[in-house]
Amino acid sequence: MGFPHPSHERETPVLSKHFGNHEAIGLEGWRKQGGYQALQKALAMQPGEIVDIVKASGLRGRGGAGFPTGMKWSFMKPGDGKPHYLCCNADESEPGTFKDREIMRWTPHALVEGCAIGAYAIGAETAYIYIRGEFTEPLERMRTAVKEAYAAGMLGPNAMGSGKRVDVHVHKGAGAYICGEETALMNSLEGRRGNPRIKPPFPAVAGLFGQPTTINNVETLVAVPHILMHGADWYKAMSLSSPKSTGSKLFSVCGNIARPGNYEVVMGFPFKDFLYDLCGGPPKGRTFKAVIPGGASVPIQTMEEAEATKMDYEGFVEQGTMLGSGGVIVIDDQQCMVKQIARLARFFAHESCAQCTQCREGTAWTTKIMERIRDGEGTAKDLETLLSIADNMTGKTICVLSDSCAVPVVSGIKKFRGEFEALIKKTTYHPVMAAVA
Amino acid sequence: MATTVEPTKAVTQPKMINLTIEGRPVSVPEGMSILEAAKHAGVLIPHYCYHPGLPVAGVCRMCLVEVEKSPKLAPSCATTVAEGQVVHVHSAQSREARKGVLEMLLINHPLDCPICDQSGECELQDYTFQEGRQDSRYEEPKRFNPVEDFGGDVLYVPNRCILCTRCVRFMDDVAHDTVLNVSERGDRAVIGKFEGKDLTHPWAGNVIDLCPVGALLSKDFLNKARSWDVTRTASVCPGCSQGCSMTVETRDNMVVRLRPRPNDSVNEYFMCDHGRLNYRWMNRQDRIEAPMIRRDNALAATDWETAIPAAAQVLKGKRVYVAASPNLSNEALFLLSRLVKLNGGAGGFAVETGPEAPLPGVEDLALRADRAANGKGAELLGFVRGDSSLAGMQNGDVLIVAQDELTMIRDGELARASAVIVIGAVLPEIARHAVVVLPTANCTEEEGTFTNLRGRVQRFMQAKAAPGMARPTWWVLSDLLAALGEKTGYFLPSEAFGALAAAHPHFAGMTYDSLGMRGLPVIQHQLPGVGGTA
Amino acid sequence: MTLSSTATLVHGHDEQYAPVFVGERRKELEEMFTRYPTKMACLLPALWIVQEERGWVSDAGMAEVAELLELTPAYVKGVVTFYTMYHQHPVGKYFIQVCTTSPCGVCGAEDVVKALLEKTGCGELGVTSKDGKYTVIEVECLGACGFATPLMINDLVVESVTPQRVPEILAGLS
Repeated sequence: MGFPHPSHERETPVLSKHFGNHEAIGLEGWRKQGGYQALQKALAMQPGEIVDIVKASGLRGRGGAGFPTGMKWSFMKPGDGKPHYLCCNADESEPGTFKDREIMRWTPHALVEGCAIGAYAIGAETAYIYIRGEFTEPLERMRTAVKEAYAAGMLGPNAMGSGKRVDVHVHKGAGAYICGEETALMNSLEGRRGNPRIKPPFPAVAGLFGQPTTINNVETLVAVPHILMHGADWYKAMSLSSPKSTGSKLFSVCGNIARPGNYEVVMGFPFKDFLYDLCGGPPKGRTFKAVIPGGASVPIQTMEEAEATKMDYEGFVEQGTMLGSGGVIVIDDQQCMVKQIARLARFFAHESCAQCTQCREGTAWTTKIMERIRDGEGTAKDLETLLSIADNMTGKTICVLSDSCAVPVVSGIKKFRGEFEALIKKTTYHPVMAAVA
Repeated sequence: MATTVEPTKAVTQPKMINLTIEGRPVSVPEGMSILEAAKHAGVLIPHYCYHPGLPVAGVCRMCLVEVEKSPKLAPSCATTVAEGQVVHVHSAQSREARKGVLEMLLINHPLDCPICDQSGECELQDYTFQEGRQDSRYEEPKRFNPVEDFGGDVLYVPNRCILCTRCVRFMDDVAHDTVLNVSERGDRAVIGKFEGKDLTHPWAGNVIDLCPVGALLSKDFLNKARSWDVTRTASVCPGCSQGCSMTVETRDNMVVRLRPRPNDSVNEYFMCDHGRLNYRWMNRQDRIEAPMIRRDNALAATDWETAIPAAAQVLKGKRVYVAASPNLSNEALFLLSRLVKLNGGAGGFAVETGPEAPLPGVEDLALRADRAANGKGAELLGFVRGDSSLAGMQNGDVLIVAQDELTMIRDGELARASAVIVIGAVLPEIARHAVVVLPTANCTEEEGTFTNLRGRVQRFMQAKAAPGMARPTWWVLSDLLAALGEKTGYFLPSEAFGALAAAHPHFAGMTYDSLGMRGLPVIQHQLPGVGGTA
Repeated sequence: MTLSSTATLVHGHDEQYAPVFVGERRKELEEMFTRYPTKMACLLPALWIVQEERGWVSDAGMAEVAELLELTPAYVKGVVTFYTMYHQHPVGKYFIQVCTTSPCGVCGAEDVVKALLEKTGCGELGVTSKDGKYTVIEVECLGACGFATPLMINDLVVESVTPQRVPEILAGLS
C-alpha cells in the first residue's frame, strides 16, 4: 500500500499487503492470512536447503548495503560447536526511511516468523530484534507478538513441535543512529557504547559476544517466508530491469510530495512513474527540484537523473546515486538546498560516535561551514574547503558515517552549485578576521 | 638485504610472512600488524591510539597506509601482514591522509604550546611539524571545556584531548579498574569519570605518559620544567624490589621527574605512582658534603686523604659489623662484604615494607612489599635480613653505617658498638657520635647495578652530580679496602662489577656490556652466608 | 541535539534516591539475565527500567545498575552519555521531542517547534516551563518521515503535526 494512502494498482503488495489491517496484527489473525506455514516448512528442511533457496532468489539486504542475503547466511559455518546468533536490525534511523516501522506495527508476526526461519537457517538458537528506542508502538507490538508466539509454541525449546530450539528476544535501543551499523548494533546489544568495530574480524566469524553472528534488516527477513512459500523463481521473476535486483521493495516516500507513505513496487520500476503517478507528484503549485532516493547517505539526484532512473540497485547507481535504504526524500522548488544539506550535516555530526578523527571533527566542521554559508556568511574559499574536508572524510574511517556526511555535501555542490554561490558573499575578507582586527 | 626478525620462542616455529614496506623487504611472524612489521623494517608509521602495551583500538586513523592492490587505505595497527604485501607509508596518498587527520585534530586544539607541559615531547607537535599543514583553514569558534581534576596526580585538559582513548584502555585492560570512560558523542566527546570515583589507582599515573598530547598532565610536574631543558638518564627505580626500568629527568642538577622506561622482562611500559612520585629525597639538601673526622669531641670537615686512613685506623684488627641499606648497589655491597670477610664480622639490613599493589594486566608486575631496590642483591652478597639492621651486631664491633638512615633500629642498639663509621649520603641524627664520616653519592649520582626480587641484575646510570665532596660509594669503599691492604684499584664501576662477577657464581660471566640496559637474571645457585663458604 | 540552555540543568544528584530494583522490577531484571550470556548485555534494558521508575537516570541510578551488573559506575556513565534517550537530569512532565531532520525540515518542522515553544510557555529549547509541565527539544529523524512532522511526547508518538494542531494536542495532555 502507499500506506497510509490506498494501495495504487501499480504497486505489488507482498510485504505491505496487510498494512492498515488491524486483524493481521495478532497471532490468530496472522495465521488466518497463512502465517507460520513458512516456518513450519522451514523447520522440516535442512538449514543448508533454506540458504540455497534464499541464494537462488537473489534477495539482497534491504537495510542499505544490498549484500546478497543467501551469501551472507552461507558465511555461518555449521557444526563449529559455537553458539550462533541472528540479529534483526530494526534500528531504522536513516532519514527518510520508515518502512520497518510499518512492517513491525502491522505485521509483527511476519518478523517473528522471518527471524525464526533466519535463525534456524544459520544454525542459531537465539535471535535478538534490536528495535530503536523511539519506536514505541513497534516495540509494544513486537513484544506482544513474541509473547503470543511463545505461548502458542511457535518459539521456544520445541519450535512448532520440530524438536528444535528457537528463541527470539526483543531488545530496545536508546537513541543512536549509528547503532544501525551492524557492528555498532552488536556492541550496543552487548551493553556497550554503540561504537562500530573494525572488520576483520567479520560478524560471521566473531560477532555478538564474540560468536558467529548474522545481522539482517527487518525487510530482508520478512521477505524470507514468502520466498520459501512461493519459491526462488517467483521472487527472481519480480525484476523489471537488472537481473541482479530481484523481488519487491518498500520505498518510503516523504518530503514535498502529494502522497507520502510506503510504496511497494517490483525492482526496476520506473522512478518517473513512481514519483508522478503513484505518489501523486509535487504539492499543488510547486515543482520537484531534487530527490534523495535512498536515505540521507546517498547522493542527491537532480530531477533529470531521477526521471531516467530504474528503481533497482544497478539503476540508481547508473543515475548518479544508490538505492540505499529506499527512503525517498523529495525536495521542491521552495526549499533551499544549502539549508537542507546543512541540516543533514548537522544530523551526521550529532550521530557520530566519536571514534575516528575524520568523522568526529569533520562532521562538526562541515556543519559549521554549511551553516555559515546558509546564514550568508560564507566565502568562495569555503566551497573548496568543504570538498577537501569531504575527501578527507571518505574511505578512511571504521564505518561509513563519515563518508555519508560527505555525500550530500559533494553531490550538493556538484549539482546545485548555483544555490551555494548565490548565498556566498562577494567580499574577499572573512568576517572573523575583521572582528579580530 | 632483507631484515629478518627471529622469533624468540623456538618451540613451534611460527610461520614467517614476507612483505615489502617502503621498498624494504622484511620477514615477520604471521599475525603481526603492519605497524609492528614496519618497526622491524626501520620505518616508523605515525600513530596516536596504538600502543604496544594496550589492546588495539584503531580510532585515531593516523596510521593509514597505502597497500598495493587494496582499494582503501589500511589502518596499519589493525591490519595483519599478508604474504607479498607492498606497503607505502610515505606515498602521496598516505601523506595526504595523515595531513587530513592532523588538520582535523588541530581544528579544536587550543594554541596552548607556550603554556602546555607537553610542549617539546608532544606527538601532535612532532607530526604536525613533520608533515602537517603550514596553515589552518578552520575559522569557526573552537570547542571549550574546563580543566578537570581526575584525582591522584592527574589533571585532565579536555580542550587538548585527541580522544585516542589510550587512558581509558589502560585503566580498563591493564589496571583492571575502569574509572575512565568516553562520555558524550561526536565532537562533544570527552574523557570522563564518575563523581566520587577518582584516579587513585596505584598505577594511574601511567595515563600521563600514555597521553600523546598535553591533555593528561601530572600535577606534580605542572609547569616545573620544559621538556627541552631536561636531561634524561636511564636508571632503575629504587622505590621497591620490582626494579622497574626508569628514566631520571633532571634540570640544573635536580631531579624533576621520573618516568618508566620500556623493559619487557620487568615492567613493560609502566611504573607505579609510588615509584614515580617518590623522588624528592634524591634532591634533599641536608647531605654530608665533606669527609669528617672526630677531633676534640666534635666532627670536623677534612679531606679524603685524611679521612680514609683515619677510617682504616679505626678498623684495623677490629671485628666489623655493617648495617647496610638495601638501596646500596651490588658493587657497594660486594666491597662491603669483602671488608667483613677481611676483618671478620657480619652484615645485616632491614627493609621498610608497605602494601603490595599489582598491575593485573601485566604478568608479574607489582609495587612490591619491600620498599627498597636491592634487598635481593644484599641477600645474595651475604647480608642477613632482620627487622633491625643492627640485629646481627656483636658488642664491641666497629659499626659501619652504610647508607642506612637507621630508622628501623631499636633503642640503645647503637651504644653496643665500639666505634661508628658512617659511609653514606646523609648523617643520621643518632649516629652523630660517629668517629669518621665519609660522604657518598645516592643512586642517582653514581653508576651501579641493582638486583630485583626475581634476581634480575640491572644497570643504573649517573643522572646528576653528587653535592660537595661526596663520591660514588664503590670508589670510597675501594679506597678504604686499599687502605686496609686489600687489592682493589678500580677506576670504573664496571671494574668493581667485574670483580663481583668473578667472585660470586650468581653473577658469573656478567659484564656491564652483557647486562645492557635491560639486565640479566642471576644464575641460580645455593645462597651463600656471610663469612662462610662462597 | 545539545541543549541550548543549561538554565534548568540539575547536577546528576538525586539525594532522595530509593533503589529501583526491588520487588517486581528486580524479578524483571533477573528474568532479563536469562536472555543473554552476559550481565552487561542487560545494561540498556536496566537503564530503561530506572528511567521508567524515576523519570530520569541519576548518578545514584547509574551506581545501582553498575553494582547489579558488576560494572563500574564510570563505565555505566560512559554508556548513558552515549545514548540520547536517557535523561541525565529531571525533565518536564511532558517531554516533547520534535523531529527537524531534512525530510521533516522541508515539511515545516521549524514552524511546529516555534508553535510548541510558544504554546507551552517554554520559550527556549531544552528549558522546562515554569510550571514544570513541558520541556521541548529538537531531535533527529524519528523514523516517521511520511507522517511529517512527528512528535514524541514521553513515549507517545504523535504523527502529522502542524502548527495549527499544537493547541489541540497540548490540550489533550492531562
